[in-house]
Amino acid sequence: MSDAVDKLVACLQDRFGRAISVGVAFSEATAEIAAKDVLATCTALRDETDFAFTQLSDLCAVDYLTFGQAEWETTGATGSGFSRGVDDRELVPGIGGNERRFAVVYHLLSITHNVRLRLKVYLNEDEPIVDSVVPIWTGADWFEREAFDLYGVMFTGHPDLRRLLTDYGFIGHPFRKDFPLIGNVEMRYDAEKRRVVYEPVSITPRTLVPKVIREDQADHLTGNQGGSHNA
Amino acid sequence: MPEIKNYTLNFGPQHPSAHGVLRLVLEMDGETIERADPHIGLLHRATEKLAESKPYNQSIPYMDRLDYVSMMCNEHGYVLALEKMLGVEAPERAQYIRVMFDEITRILNHLMWLGAHALDIGAMTIFLYAFREREDLMDMYEAVSGARMHAAYYRPGGVYRDLPGSMPQYEASKWHSQKEVDVKNSNRQGSLLDFVEDFVQRFPKCVDEYETLLTDNRIWKQRTVDIGVVSPERALQLGFTGPMLRGSGIEWDLRKKQPYAVYDKLDFDIPVGLTGDSYDRYLVRVEEMRQSNNIIKQCIKWLRENPGPVMLDNHKLTPPDREHMKGDMESLIHHFKLFTEGYALPEGEVYSAVEHPKGEFGVYLVSDGSNKPYRLKIRAPGFAHISSLNEMTQGHMLADVVAIIGTQDIVFGEVDR
Repeated sequence: MSDAVDKLVACLQDRFGRAISVGVAFSEATAEIAAKDVLATCTALRDETDFAFTQLSDLCAVDYLTFGQAEWETTGATGSGFSRGVDDRELVPGIGGNERRFAVVYHLLSITHNVRLRLKVYLNEDEPIVDSVVPIWTGADWFEREAFDLYGVMFTGHPDLRRLLTDYGFIGHPFRKDFPLIGNVEMRYDAEKRRVVYEPVSITPRTLVPKVIREDQADHLTGNQGGSHNA
Repeated sequence: MPEIKNYTLNFGPQHPSAHGVLRLVLEMDGETIERADPHIGLLHRATEKLAESKPYNQSIPYMDRLDYVSMMCNEHGYVLALEKMLGVEAPERAQYIRVMFDEITRILNHLMWLGAHALDIGAMTIFLYAFREREDLMDMYEAVSGARMHAAYYRPGGVYRDLPGSMPQYEASKWHSQKEVDVKNSNRQGSLLDFVEDFVQRFPKCVDEYETLLTDNRIWKQRTVDIGVVSPERALQLGFTGPMLRGSGIEWDLRKKQPYAVYDKLDFDIPVGLTGDSYDRYLVRVEEMRQSNNIIKQCIKWLRENPGPVMLDNHKLTPPDREHMKGDMESLIHHFKLFTEGYALPEGEVYSAVEHPKGEFGVYLVSDGSNKPYRLKIRAPGFAHISSLNEMTQGHMLADVVAIIGTQDIVFGEVDR
């Protein structure tokens, strides 16, 4: 597998040069391209025999708003106990800032070369718009509708960009990091009005397990078998 | 005589052959479908968003509830993604157990599909036959994990526990005499492996039985041959995987092409269809059941000969055993940290895919170095399949819509997530 990945990376660099930045991690190739190049690059990736990515396995969006932000301080501050837990942290733009808030991620599969490629396109917060790849892979249709529904990413040229998974008349894009996990509205059947009514949620959010980032954890996992390390 | 106009027909969401909660809006010209617009999301539980708020291990039970007829295969996809990022590999015995249960799951899924699909088209008997065998398979699930369906048996670093040495027994009651119960218990006297072996011996005959009922059945053929034909090019374009792709004549199976676990050490064949119609997909899936049966046989043989650990001994990832916790402070702390905080994955992203009974089940995982997934995307095979419903049903009759939903093997747990 990894030979095929190396070969693919070399081919990509030859063909696209600076328009693409390719990296390999966990023996998977990831290529980052600009939003304006999506159609041209994807067409080339599908049609040219060096690539032959005839199938789009998956397409999804990612919201990088809170990337790398923990809910629990792990360095210092041990004396303050539970106050280390951060409850109502203000949402500050993550590592990418507003320019790289969203990413659309394409997972391509080449059956002839038996290799996968991940394409990433970063989009800004104000205008998360990218060209639709439905003309290239028909299967992208619903994947793009889902990304639009859950993240509010727009796909120009999509034949029918409607909501897909959420309720009829739903407001907001629920998978964005600034959309609360408990949602905004709840529904119940009102016996008097004899119909279903929507009301603001009555439950409060709570964090059962705080999100913790431990810098040294990766070494623990692979290096330290069965452990004499202080936990 | 009044002129017949096109009209719109609403199908579902509460319809027995919609396989769950599918609402279809059909534009019809008489009995012919002009356009089909599936409305999905009625079972949307936001599994992926929920996973973002939990440590990694706590999302394993959610995986069972995605495609709720092939539970352990979903777990396998998720656990493989975690293991890939952690850079660990399960012990070989655990991998054989996983493969064995993947194949048990495949039979479980295909039986459900076969029964439901045939029932939709009007063949009643097969449904009862299929559920008879499913019962034994569910008992295997129960023996190994304690749950008949939602097992949560695969864990990063192995499987939760080794195969049990004895099978649970039926007990006599007011309704079942001791004599009846003894017959039912006769193949449950040994270990789980004995029980599985007994099933594996019996099962090819059962498949023959299903085939007697369907393969040359005139009505079955009238309802499936040339229904929902997909050319290989279109199948790729539409993102088809699994039996849907193989039915169209493309030999693509991740177990062979991108082997995971121990599939590269096992001997099995990939059935491929010729015409890409519903009948060929039926033949492909029936043959897959036979192949799965062979794989299970090979796994049993290996598992009998090779005892060993089924879980890594790395207690940052896997719980220490209870006995140690009583006397060893280190183990107690490991246990506490693992169950309160979990483990953090290195920053990065992976996509790992398994050959799920319905097709390619992919898990795309983005980690920012914390103990919870930053983003989890589940690529469900059924999602791609049902998105093609419009194309597949065009020009067919209303009754064929049911046959096409059946042949796609749709389960809404994974489509809606």
